[in-house]
Amino acid sequence: MIRFKARSSASLPPVSTASLPDIVFMLLFFFMTVTTIQEKDLKVLNQLPDATEIKKLEKKDRLIYIHIGPPEQQYRSVYGTEPQIQLDDSFARVSDIGPYVLQKREALPAELRSLVTVVLKVDEKAGMGLINDVKQELRKVNALKINYATIEKAAQGD
Amino acid sequence: MRNRANTEVNAGSMADIAFLLLIFFLVTTTIETDAGIDRLLPRIDDTSTIVVRQRNILTVNINNSGALLVEEELLPLEELKDVVIAFLDNGGDGSCDYCKGNREETSSDNPNIAIVSLRSDRQTAYADYIAVQNEITAGYNTLRNREAQRLFGSDYTALEQDYLNPQTGPLQKEQLKAQILQIQELFPLNLSEAETASE
Repeated sequence: MIRFKARSSASLPPVSTASLPDIVFMLLFFFMTVTTIQEKDLKVLNQLPDATEIKKLEKKDRLIYIHIGPPEQQYRSVYGTEPQIQLDDSFARVSDIGPYVLQKREALPAELRSLVTVVLKVDEKAGMGLINDVKQELRKVNALKINYATIEKAAQGD
Repeated sequence: MRNRANTEVNAGSMADIAFLLLIFFLVTTTIETDAGIDRLLPRIDDTSTIVVRQRNILTVNINNSGALLVEEELLPLEELKDVVIAFLDNGGDGSCDYCKGNREETSSDNPNIAIVSLRSDRQTAYADYIAVQNEITAGYNTLRNREAQRLFGSDYTALEQDYLNPQTGPLQKEQLKAQILQIQELFPLNLSEAETASE
């Protein structure tokens, strides 16, 4: 007959919290790897429109960003309220887009150059006239793959 | 027992420090949510002209207040998707054996030559334009999903997602690519955006 030893000690040892830092550090590293610090200083308002039929941009090494929107409050005295183009950290004109895209594409490894996608991050209030001008410039430098950045809309209710 | 020296370093505050760091990173960083509608612009030197019969073109005009004029008639945005589906799926000349449309005389012959022509005004808001692009894409996706279900038993959008998933193996990727291309051939995205009409 096997007898179990009754281990009914009156005082349980306290729960060890020694592994708690490890768990938290694990969480910390997880967040450090999946998130990115927003490095671009946006000078234009950028409220993206929403859409349902979207595709995620998984490969971030071949993306070129163009931001378009009305200037932030502090730049309005200089640039007005009409939507402006922002490339990297500065305002730009439509004619600057071609050289900018070429320069960005030149900086990429050769095998990625043909796969470049230009992401248009456009404020929803911008007019199509400007967007079409931008698209025309992109066609001129043969950057044909574009992506209209949007926010994913929650499932349609109606 | 009481006077035995405690040699263990107290690591209790370590968790607090780590939490502090964690919260700092949570606040200062953002999860990158880059997503959007993919489009391919036409080449600039593409000057070839093709004669397209009027019935094979679905004209969609967006005015500066966001109202839609589809085939010369006002149409609410919610109905655009169904109109696009009916237009593409029409199969008017009977050469499309997978089309399930009404084969109307006034609508497209074959999805391969059916063109959606999108025109916008310079003053059209970008939000309205994207909403229309979204509905047109939804129309295409519905039809592509139907064909993908029939041929491969899976949604077209699901195939695309699997293809873009970094965890998919190279062998499976090849297979998915072939399937995606096959579906795209059945319903190719023929979207024409003529130069913006000025008032």
